Amino acid sequence: MARQVTLNRRLINTAVAWGFGLLIFFPILWTILTSFKTEAEAIALQPSLFGFEWTLENYEEVNRRSNYPRYFMNSVIIAVGSVLLGLLIAVPAAWAMAFQPSRRTRGILMWMLSTKMLPPVGVLIPIYLIFRDWGLLDSRIGLVFVLTMVNLPIIVWMLFTYFREIPGEILEAARMDGASLKSEIIHVLTPMALPGIASTMLLNIILAWNEAFWTLVLTTTKAAPLTAFIASFSSPEGLFYAKLSAASTMAIAPVLILGWFSQKQLVRGLTFGAVK
Amino acid sequence: MGSITLKQVSKRFDDVEVIPPLDLSIEEGEFVVFVGPSGCGKSTLLRLIAGLEDVSGGVIEIDGKDATALPPAKRGLAMVFQSYALYPHMSVRKNIAFPLKMAGLEQSEIDRKVDGAAKVLNLGNYIDRRPGQLSGGQRQRVAIGRAIVREPAAFLFDEPLSNLDAALRGNMRLEISELHNTLETTMVYVTHDQVEAMTMADKIVVLQAGHIEQVGSPLELYRNPRNVFVAGFIGSPAMNLITGAEAAKHDATTIGIRPEHLELTTGEGQWQGTVSVSEHLGSDTFMHIEVDGIGTMTARADGDFPARHGDRIGLTPMPERLHRFDAQGLAMTRNEAAA
Amino acid sequence: MSTTHSRSAAKAMLSPAVILLLLWMIVPLAMTLYFSFLRYNLLSPGTESFTGLSNYKYFLSDPAFFEALGNTLLLVGGVLCITVIGGTLLALLLDQPMFGQGIVRLLFIAPFFVMPTVSALVWKNMFMNPTNGLFAYVAKLFGGTPIDWLGHYPLVSIIMIVAWQWLPFATLILLTALQSLDSEQIEAAEMDGAGSFSRFFHIVVPHLARAGTVVILIQTIFLLSIFAEILVTTNGGPGYASTNIPYLVYAQSLLQFDVGGGSAGGIVAVVLANIVAIFLMHLVGKNLDL
Repeated sequence: MARQVTLNRRLINTAVAWGFGLLIFFPILWTILTSFKTEAEAIALQPSLFGFEWTLENYEEVNRRSNYPRYFMNSVIIAVGSVLLGLLIAVPAAWAMAFQPSRRTRGILMWMLSTKMLPPVGVLIPIYLIFRDWGLLDSRIGLVFVLTMVNLPIIVWMLFTYFREIPGEILEAARMDGASLKSEIIHVLTPMALPGIASTMLLNIILAWNEAFWTLVLTTTKAAPLTAFIASFSSPEGLFYAKLSAASTMAIAPVLILGWFSQKQLVRGLTFGAVK
Repeated sequence: MGSITLKQVSKRFDDVEVIPPLDLSIEEGEFVVFVGPSGCGKSTLLRLIAGLEDVSGGVIEIDGKDATALPPAKRGLAMVFQSYALYPHMSVRKNIAFPLKMAGLEQSEIDRKVDGAAKVLNLGNYIDRRPGQLSGGQRQRVAIGRAIVREPAAFLFDEPLSNLDAALRGNMRLEISELHNTLETTMVYVTHDQVEAMTMADKIVVLQAGHIEQVGSPLELYRNPRNVFVAGFIGSPAMNLITGAEAAKHDATTIGIRPEHLELTTGEGQWQGTVSVSEHLGSDTFMHIEVDGIGTMTARADGDFPARHGDRIGLTPMPERLHRFDAQGLAMTRNEAAA
Repeated sequence: MSTTHSRSAAKAMLSPAVILLLLWMIVPLAMTLYFSFLRYNLLSPGTESFTGLSNYKYFLSDPAFFEALGNTLLLVGGVLCITVIGGTLLALLLDQPMFGQGIVRLLFIAPFFVMPTVSALVWKNMFMNPTNGLFAYVAKLFGGTPIDWLGHYPLVSIIMIVAWQWLPFATLILLTALQSLDSEQIEAAEMDGAGSFSRFFHIVVPHLARAGTVVILIQTIFLLSIFAEILVTTNGGPGYASTNIPYLVYAQSLLQFDVGGGSAGGIVAVVLANIVAIFLMHLVGKNLDL
């Protein structure tokens, strides 16, 4: 039963909502704008919103001087790599739990989720020492493995919820049609679950890109992704606001854009189904 | 090709024995229907034959060879699921081709067989569409096509018509029966609808709580139900079952008479009753009658019998059609030969 | 389908995930526990010695520990307050009919997707800096003196930064829950004569309470581990004013190289998190219709 909402009420709602929205979004907006200012403009005691001389010099300098592309690539490799590895491990596990449930399935799933609640500092020292002794410190491989473990519970969980929506009879039909387990997963399950798999990848790439504990603690220079690179700006050397803004804008842009498409996945993945 | 034998096959889920050990044999080319109320184990039995569930005990033989440990793909059977279970992301053609692709046939061979199945089932018009774009009846045919194309030893149908509306159901029933006549392959068909069972089967297996109550041809089950359950299950409207004093008069714990075997008069009959509801279909008239000293009975008359609510009516059961059951519910032999 | 074949296949398919997670959790955790009973300093390797519970005694009697514990709870509490209350209000706002709702949602969601180091540095330099920051500018505009946020109010500043990051999450969850509220329930209440406030308190609030509980529990788990924001802005200082348990453990282990003490701290952090996790898993378990 739809009610006629007065135009006035709509306009007020719009004004208030947009007002708060812009307020919350402001820091991001400000960062993006500052990235196009000169350093002098950036720290000007009379900051201006739009009326300044736009320049691309910060982007050029960040790219040139600080080997930004390498940090970017590290972020890409670590984020995408850990999610792909995670999928490889999680798809079979989610298949087993969704289509061959046993009495233990519930317990196993809850246990997996609980491993996500382990505070990283609880395992910081051993992981650090193991990495040090095995030469994995500041390596992309090491970081890919750690982030895979960190996100595996969420990947398994999300795939599980998506797989459960697929009627089991279709997979049984595939078996009757002579499909092996491998064929069943490749030819029938995966195509049907593709949107769910894509959503899972989306959310977890975002989470891995933004991960800011292991990426800071386990890397120094070679494998450092963008989180660590930006962190290195924390001890300022002279004028640098505009460059920080440029580096920041480039660092957050990919995920901001991806994130805007992933709101539903966010709810699904991070509330472990406790909210529908 | 296509004989299936079950020897002492049983199934338990956790601690519950859903199917106690049973024996059954299905001959080559037979159309066998498993029928029974919800939860009687008919679908479970079908799935045991298909290999989708393991038996808890016993042996399943297909064409004389022990298939009990074989996975579904290796049993040479094809199944049509209640929900059709078509692959939504594949076209009709690819759906039907899938089992052949899994068997590793050459593409030309696959195309030939798919076209063959399409012709038999009249799928030509929508062979390149996806299941989502098809109607219920069309999906049903595609599911059948996917089964046919494997040239199985037997077809297994799991309540295939339950999801269709009444009119469509009638048509599809005919199509499946015609298919059986054409292919002459064994078909094992599960349904809860005894009309489907009666019209389609060569042999009916009536199940209750995992037990086989009776196995026989439709007419056999109709004429000679072995116990009260089968008597009350087969035939629509259901047989009138009477206990108490009236049954004792016939030396039985329960007597049964089908609605169509009651002779009705406006005058005197063996029993007298008052019509409570009468349904006039034109071709038949069904009446629900409160019979003095007995209770509610259903009667059927040909054509348009002039009975209204409140009328007094006389009912006389045809003596050769009266069934008698003992205290265990088993049928007792009649004194006179069946008509 | 459930045959011995399919069931054993399922076990095989599950094992990689289970084994890996088991290793990931048990092995390091056991090592941390082990280290926590040792006197072990990275600067003098090879001189480890068993020292029983003294690391715990030290850690738990260290004034730094209590300050860190208090800060941890303040951080979690502060962020929770802002995000839950703010999130509820924003969810109610976003649920209203308006123009351009899709875009407004995007504006509200954005902060969650900004990586913690970026948001911390942006806030630190461009907003909170007492000379060049925007807050300073605004203060001067109104004739006041600019506040050195991170210097004088480090914990509050970090609360602000983290709350800004997590507000979208709370808003989104609460908005989802709100939109799943059957409008017929509210209309029925209206027909029964319930006024706006009454409707809000008796129907909307209980419905949101469930989602709110989820938000609180999940956020708490993550907030107990706040790290990057502290590392990048205050390094826990001045003194220990903005140190929380995770940062304390990090500082002890990797800055002071005291592995024994740091491990004890790590175990304490795990215990804290477990307490919350028990409640959360209970809630999740109720919803898991398996």
